Formats: sequence, structure tokens, C-alpha cells
Amino acid sequence: MSTFWSIWISVIVLGTVFGCWWLLWATRKSQTTDSETDRTTGHSFDGIEEYDNPLPKWWFYLFIATCIFALGYLALYPGLGNFKGLLGWTSTNQWEAEVAEADEKYGPIYAQYGQTPVPELAEDGDAMKIGQRLFANNCAVCHGSAARGQVGFPNLTDDDWLYGGTPEAILATLHNGRMGNMPAKGTMPSMTNEQVDQVVNYVLSFSGREQDAEAAKAGEQVFGQACVACHGPDAKGNHALGAPNLTDNTWLYGSTYDWIKETVVNGRQNQMPAQSGRLSEDQIQILAAYVYSLSN
Amino acid sequence: MSTVNANLTYNYKVVRQFAIMTVVWGIVGMSLGVLIAAQLYWPSLNLDLPFTHFGRLRPLHTNAVIFGFGGCALFATSYYVVQRTCQARLISDGLAAFTFWGWQAIIVSAVITLPLGLTSTKEYAELEWPIDIAIAIVWITYALVFFGTVTKRSTPHIYVANWFYGAFIITVAMLHIFNNMALPVSAFKSYSAYAGVTDAMMQWWYGHNAVGFFLTAGFLGMMYYFVPKQANRPVYSYRLSIVHFWALIATYVWAGGHHLHYSALPDWAQTAGMVMSLILLAPSWGGMINGMMTLSGAWHKLRTDPILRFLVVSLSFYGMSTFEGPMMAIKTVNALSHNTDWTIGHVHSGALGWVAMISIGAVYHLVPKLWGVQAMYSTALINVHFWLATVGVVLYIVAMWVNGIMQGLMWRAVNEDGTLTYSFVEALEASYPGYFVRFIGGLFFVSGMLLMAYNVYMTVRQKDAVAQDNAAAQPA
Repeated sequence: MSTFWSIWISVIVLGTVFGCWWLLWATRKSQTTDSETDRTTGHSFDGIEEYDNPLPKWWFYLFIATCIFALGYLALYPGLGNFKGLLGWTSTNQWEAEVAEADEKYGPIYAQYGQTPVPELAEDGDAMKIGQRLFANNCAVCHGSAARGQVGFPNLTDDDWLYGGTPEAILATLHNGRMGNMPAKGTMPSMTNEQVDQVVNYVLSFSGREQDAEAAKAGEQVFGQACVACHGPDAKGNHALGAPNLTDNTWLYGSTYDWIKETVVNGRQNQMPAQSGRLSEDQIQILAAYVYSLSN
Repeated sequence: MSTVNANLTYNYKVVRQFAIMTVVWGIVGMSLGVLIAAQLYWPSLNLDLPFTHFGRLRPLHTNAVIFGFGGCALFATSYYVVQRTCQARLISDGLAAFTFWGWQAIIVSAVITLPLGLTSTKEYAELEWPIDIAIAIVWITYALVFFGTVTKRSTPHIYVANWFYGAFIITVAMLHIFNNMALPVSAFKSYSAYAGVTDAMMQWWYGHNAVGFFLTAGFLGMMYYFVPKQANRPVYSYRLSIVHFWALIATYVWAGGHHLHYSALPDWAQTAGMVMSLILLAPSWGGMINGMMTLSGAWHKLRTDPILRFLVVSLSFYGMSTFEGPMMAIKTVNALSHNTDWTIGHVHSGALGWVAMISIGAVYHLVPKLWGVQAMYSTALINVHFWLATVGVVLYIVAMWVNGIMQGLMWRAVNEDGTLTYSFVEALEASYPGYFVRFIGGLFFVSGMLLMAYNVYMTVRQKDAVAQDNAAAQPA
């Protein structure tokens, strides 16, 4: 802030504190007595009179004490415009110090597991207890405390993977996050309503769900144009693209005709946030092992 | 006083109107509070309708109790006090009537627009821009009537109650106008003139002074008339009233920054907000001392006079919450209390314990005088009301203290590996008993208000004793 505003703030803040101080002293000085009195000011308002009593001593000293505290605090901490305060404290460096302290205290607990390969770590009971707590703090809000997911958030316990369930794939998901995108009508923007109906029935047929067999048959051709690029000719999906396997009766968004139609017509966007920078490398290693352990 | 003008009459009509509406809006606003407290315990009570959702009823609750109940109590008592302590009739009956009907129209429009979801999203200033303009017009008229009457007083000095009412009227006008500066984009939608952290600071400059001036300075004005009047004792110390008045109004305007500790607000503004909040302790307690000590020599009256008991207990709650406030403004305490139910408890120890109880006491004092009857219909019912209100407040704030401190501790508890011990939902689950007790406390308080409505109704019904519209001035 400019020097002008810095001075402006300092003058008003100090002026208020010293103003209170002056008001106290001036009033006390003009007191005619030190003890309680029966004398009034001589005014009467609708029958109400006012005693000319002195300021209560304990109250006077309480007020002075808060003013002194305020001046001391303003000397030590940033409050007067650009003046940084004698302690050099800022809310940012307080936060940094707390984070550094936590890293120093808790870092070694995680570091002892950071170099252990994921499958081996998944067998380590102590590490998995930590993993469970990390999961509860960081992942459960979307995937649920039992990791069973919900609509739009994958179940992590069923060994069915959008991006692959190898240790490397799980680590990559945790580090960098994932951006899932199913375009509306796949690669066939010209898809008609009838074709939508056909392809939905065809998709239902993969997992043996109730379907209109005739429409499903016609859907095969639509599927070939709109869907195979990602989901593959056998509809088994593609881990490289995060395209789900459509044949295993495991559904991210619901398995009914209406749900699937909604997915085909409008597409789906989804995001798993990257954890690098939020969590340490060691913590991510433990979390990856915990997620791995849920299916292995 | 010896200078009473024999031809002087007071405008009691507008005072009567506001006094009745104080009770009406009190019941409406507090019942809404009980309903939303129940929704927090039984969520299905939101009826799955947008209009009855917690998010829309909560601002209606705050607007109805602060501006409906509190506002009407302030209008009623300030119009009464300014006339009697200045020995002058309100300068204009027409303008006074305009403030009554205008203010009621504003509260009714809040009752309509807030459940419809029309909101500017600023806490305690949710009403949209056309209503904001109406508030500004009514408020400026209020200032004209009040200060006009002070100007034509026949007493040589201005009584301390009028200093507080005056400061409250001027500052609320300033806060309301500047905080609600907005760009309208349609008849019912506007966007704040301020952006980002500036908007947050404006909002809490307003928000905390809604507490400091609307709910404190105004009600201290009420205290300075009704406590000495009901106790029939002189005010304890004129000097104390001077010091605490000027110190209170000078430091309160700074305190809003303590709502934004550890936020994007620059550190200097947070620090200034914190130290001014701490300095506020003594000026706040100055008002409590002046009220309490006024009773010295009259303490025995508490045994027989439940109206005085309302006034004195309100001062105790005032003293307690103005001690709690500065403590919560300290950064390290705030780091625990922020966003917990502790804040809700703190607000209600002020709002129910101080604001509501002193208003209730003042209305019980006023009603017989306004309708020219000897006393309230039933003193026993006032006594029952007193106990319902006191038990209600205590249940409420104890439940919120327990919940608030528990939530603060659960949120920050960590395991030996640094992970959080509890999820948010676990802290919420642990809060349910407190939510239930809070609901019961609110129920107590509202039942008291219903008794009050009955008592006021029965008092006013004693028609044969009704005084003339323009009662003759009572010699002091």
C-alpha cells in the first residue's frame, strides 16, 4: 500500500486508542470525588436523575490495560499500515511454519514406507492402517468411506478399472489425476433418435440386460460407427483412454435404459483431482498400496 | 420537571403500533428460528420444498428477529423515550406514521421475497435492491423525526438514552447504504459494487455493526431509560456514560475484521480488528455497570418485579456476551471457534439474552402506560414468561457451547501420523444431542412470547381504561 494509506491507517488506529486513553484520563481528572456520592448532575429527564459518581476503579484499570495490550500488540504484529511488526509475523509464515513442523514430525513416519513397492506395501498391516486414515481424510468424500463409490465415482473394491489396476496405473492416477470424457453420441454426432435407441439396446445386450432384441441387432452398426474407437470392437474398453468395459455389468452411471440413453445423448465429463503437491510422494505411495489392497 | 408545558401532548399512537408489532414479529421470527432448529435435527421438516428449505428460512429468521422484532422495539422505545426525555412531541405525526407503515411493508416484503429465493446473499442484508432503497428512505425519515424532536426539546440537555439512539440511527444509515451498494441487473437481482476481499470486508464491517449499533447501541438507549425508570433510581454514573458512549462508538466500527481472521484479508486489517475488539470489552461493560449499579439500593425490588428482573438479567447476558466476544476475536481462540456452533451460541446469548429480554422488559413497562391502565393484566404471567425465557436461553447457549467446542476440537484432532481423527460427518453426528437441546431451548423462549402476546392482548382489551389518543404529558 502507498505511504499515504499507510500513514492514514496508522493515524486513525493510534488516534482511536489514544483517544480512548485521553477520554479516560480527562474524565478521571475532572472527578470531584473518589468515592460513591449521592450528588447528582442536577438534571432530570422524565424524572430520571444521574449521579455524579466516579468511574469504578477496577473498570478504569481494565480499560487502561486493554489499551496497553493493544499498543503492545500493534508494536509486535502488523497492524499499522505498512509497519511489519517487531516479530515479523504474517499469517502466511505462521502457516508455513506449521506445515514445516508437521512435515518434520510426521514425514519420517511416511518415509519408512515410501520406497517399498506397492504390492509389498499392501501386505504391511501398519502401513495399511495409515493408508486407511489417509483414504478417509482425502478420498472418502467422493469414493465413500468403504471405497465403494457412488454414481459417477468409481467403486475401488471390485477390481474393475477404468485406467488399469496395476501399481503403476494407480500411482499415475493418484499423482496426476484423470480427466474422463465421453463425447455426446461418441464419434457419430449425426446419430438420430432411432439410432440412439438402437445403440442403447445393443449396449444393454452385452451384459444380458433386458433389451429390445431387434433394436439391439440394428444397434451393432451404430456401435461400429460411434463407439468402437474408444470402447473397442469387443466393447471391452481401453485403459489408455479410460473407456469403460461395457460387457461386465459394472456401471459408473447406472445400468437402466434411461441412464444409458442419457450417457449416449449428452456424454459424460468426469475428473479425479491430482494429488501431487497436496500429498507427499511417500503418502501417495501408501495410498496407492491401500487402493491396490482393496482388490488384491 | 417544573417546566412542563400544560398544552404538551405526546404521539403515543405510533409507539403503540410499534409495540404491538414488536410482539407479533417476535413470535414470527422466533417461531421460524425454532422451525429451522428442528430442521437441523429432523432434516425432512424442510418438506422437500424450496420455499421451506433451511437456506431460505434462515435469512428470513434473522431478518424477522433483527429488523422485525428488534427494529419495532427500537422504533417504539426511541419514539417514546425521545418524547418523554425531551418533553416534546414528535415533530411530525405524518412522518412517524410513514416510518411505521414503511417499516412493516419492508418486513412483509422480506417475508415474501426471501422464501422465493430472491437474495443479494449478504448476511443480514439479504434483501434485494428495491427493498434496500425503501429501507434507506424509511430510515432517513426516522432520523428526521428523531433528531427533529431532539432539536425542539424543552430540556436544556440531551439525555444519554438519546445519544445512543442517535448514534444507532446515524451509523445504521451509513452501514446500510454503503454495504448495499450494488448494480441492479433486473427488478429482483443485483450484484455487489465491491469485489473479492473488499466485498467481504464491507460485509463484515456492516455485519458486525449490525450487532454493534443496531443490536447494542440502540438497546443501550433502551436500557438507559427503562432500567432507571423501572427501578425508580438515578443512573449510577453520568461520567461513566460519557466515557463508555464515545469509546463504544469509536471502537465498534473497527471490529468487523475479526470475522475474517486467517482469510485473504490483509494481516493489518485482521490485527486492527482484533485489538479494537479487545479494547471494546471495557466500553461494553461500562453500559452493564451503569445499568446494574443503578439498582444499588433497589435490589429488593427484584423479588417482586419480574419486569425489572427481565431488565437486569438482560444486562447480565449483555456483560457475558461482551466478554465472550472480545475473547473470540483473539486469533488463537478464533482458530478454534470459527465456523462452529460456538458462534451461534454467542450470537444468541446476545440476541435472546440481551436484546430480546431487554425489549420484553421495556414492552411490559410500556404497554400499561401507552393504554393508560394501571399495570399489565397479569404479573404472574410475566413471571412465568421470565422463567421460560431464562431457561430457554440457558439451554440454547449451553448446548451451543458444548457443540462448538466439541466441533472445534474434533476438527483439529490428529492421529499420531498427522491424519485427521474424525471425518466431518462424525463431528456432525456428535452434534445432534446439542441440536435437540437447542430446539427445546427455542421452544421455551417462543412459549414465553406467546404468553406475552396473551398478556398484552388482555391488557389492551381493558377498553374502559383506555386513555385518549393524545395523552396529556405526565409531570415528572
